[in-house]
Amino acid sequence: MALKGRDIISIRDLSREEIEEVLKVAHRMIPIAEGSKIDRRLDGIILALAFLEPSTRTRLSFETAAQRLGARCITIADPATSSVVKGETLSDTVRMLSGYADALVLRHPNEGAARLAAEMSDKPVINAGDGAGQHPTQTLLDLATIQEAHGTLSGLRVVLLGDLKYGRTVHSLAHALALFGAEMVLISPPSLKLPDEVTEHLDQLGARVREEEQLHRAVRDADVLYVTRIQKERFGDEAEYAKVAGSYRIDNSVLAGAKQRLIVMHPLPRLGEIAPEVDGSPHAAYFRQAFLGVPVRMALLSLVLKGKGA
Amino acid sequence: MAAPRELKITPIKNGTVIDHIGNGLSLEVLRIIGVGDLDKDSTVSVALHVRSQKMGWKDIVKVENMELSPRKVNAIALIAPTATISIIRDYKVREKRTVDLPERIVGVARCPNPNCITNRGEPVESEFDVARRRPVVLRCIYCERQMDDFLSHLI
Ligand SMILES: Nc1ncnc2c1ncn2[C@@H]1O[C@H](COP(=O)(O)OP(=O)(O)O)[C@@H](O)[C@H]1O
Ligand SMILES: [Mg+2]
Ligand SMILES: [Zn+2]
Repeated sequence: MALKGRDIISIRDLSREEIEEVLKVAHRMIPIAEGSKIDRRLDGIILALAFLEPSTRTRLSFETAAQRLGARCITIADPATSSVVKGETLSDTVRMLSGYADALVLRHPNEGAARLAAEMSDKPVINAGDGAGQHPTQTLLDLATIQEAHGTLSGLRVVLLGDLKYGRTVHSLAHALALFGAEMVLISPPSLKLPDEVTEHLDQLGARVREEEQLHRAVRDADVLYVTRIQKERFGDEAEYAKVAGSYRIDNSVLAGAKQRLIVMHPLPRLGEIAPEVDGSPHAAYFRQAFLGVPVRMALLSLVLKGKGA
Repeated sequence: MAAPRELKITPIKNGTVIDHIGNGLSLEVLRIIGVGDLDKDSTVSVALHVRSQKMGWKDIVKVENMELSPRKVNAIALIAPTATISIIRDYKVREKRTVDLPERIVGVARCPNPNCITNRGEPVESEFDVARRRPVVLRCIYCERQMDDFLSHLI
């Protein structure tokens, strides 16, 4: 199991053991991420953050992760204001950056950009989201959140709620959950169901997946409720959107019948999917989830650049 | 069964015969071969809707003085997976093979996803792996989009 020097493009590139290794190291990174312990293991490292599509949260999370471990970042935060990349192919930008930095983190509006970048770069490339494609560090931080709350990823019942069709985070998460033998319960509007392609893939992995229509029923015996954004653009008219969004909204009354240990997750930013009143409940895990993005990215950087997590 | 020879078209001395093409697909095969690129003295003959014991109906394409590049064979494998390719030298069949689909298909078809990085002017060829063989479904190795409609995406 060697992550050193590897490209991290898709969660499918990682085996179950490799994911477990990342999560284990991420857990040890928490005190460093919180600032209560100092560790400069990436001292001298330069990380290139090429955000050729702006994404402030993800970028700040990577910058924080790198700097907590003593690495320095060279950053393209917004291609619109960067003369470096204007009119240049991604291939050229990547070859230039791989001459400067020890590893590249890439965010790009086009699917497949990270795979191409990895081919062009002689330094490791970490995908920070390519269009509607892959975003493996999101999946890893989702898993870290579940693992932290429940102490395991196996044998859990995970409800995936909302836009299961276009939501890439859900597809990657479902793949990973299948590797760990979690049971999945799907709830979505008929027009936003999990694509056949994904369902078939989960079948091949031997995953236990079922659909449910009643939100209350699904929540009752769930360990995790993973809520995704339902976007207006997916619906023909406003009224239809409002109706669907309303029927999937999570508030304290929906959670009333839930197990005590149920956690509610959301990739953020949320629109109206989770009522603010849930924030104060012990079920709310979405801010912890966002925080865990930092130690998870620290773990990945450490493993990819140094090959060890200790 | 050795049925009477089915040379409905004049025999060729040297060239390639693509037989057992699915009924009606020979025009696509011609597009792949690129008839415009041929030697000006070469004759191309096409037999449409020919009786076949194995297939019911099939098409046959015969091209003089040409052997197919591996890339063209791969493209033919995509749209006419039942085809057989025979190399004719001095009026005789010297080599005969089926058009097996390779593990990786490079530069043959465009990715159907307009937002795929391979459709954005990068110096890279399209590349697919085979997600399923019967019927054939390809998966773009870059954006992971699957594709089963090759006709409209051939390069
Ligand atoms: N000299 C030739 N000129 C044109 N076509 C030929 C010639 N020899 C064989 N063929 C064609 O090439 C294909 C393969 O030939 P062969 O192996 O003899 O027949 P089959 O596949 O029907 O058993 C057939 O379509 C046959 O009609
Ligand atoms: Mg025959
Ligand atoms: Zn593609």
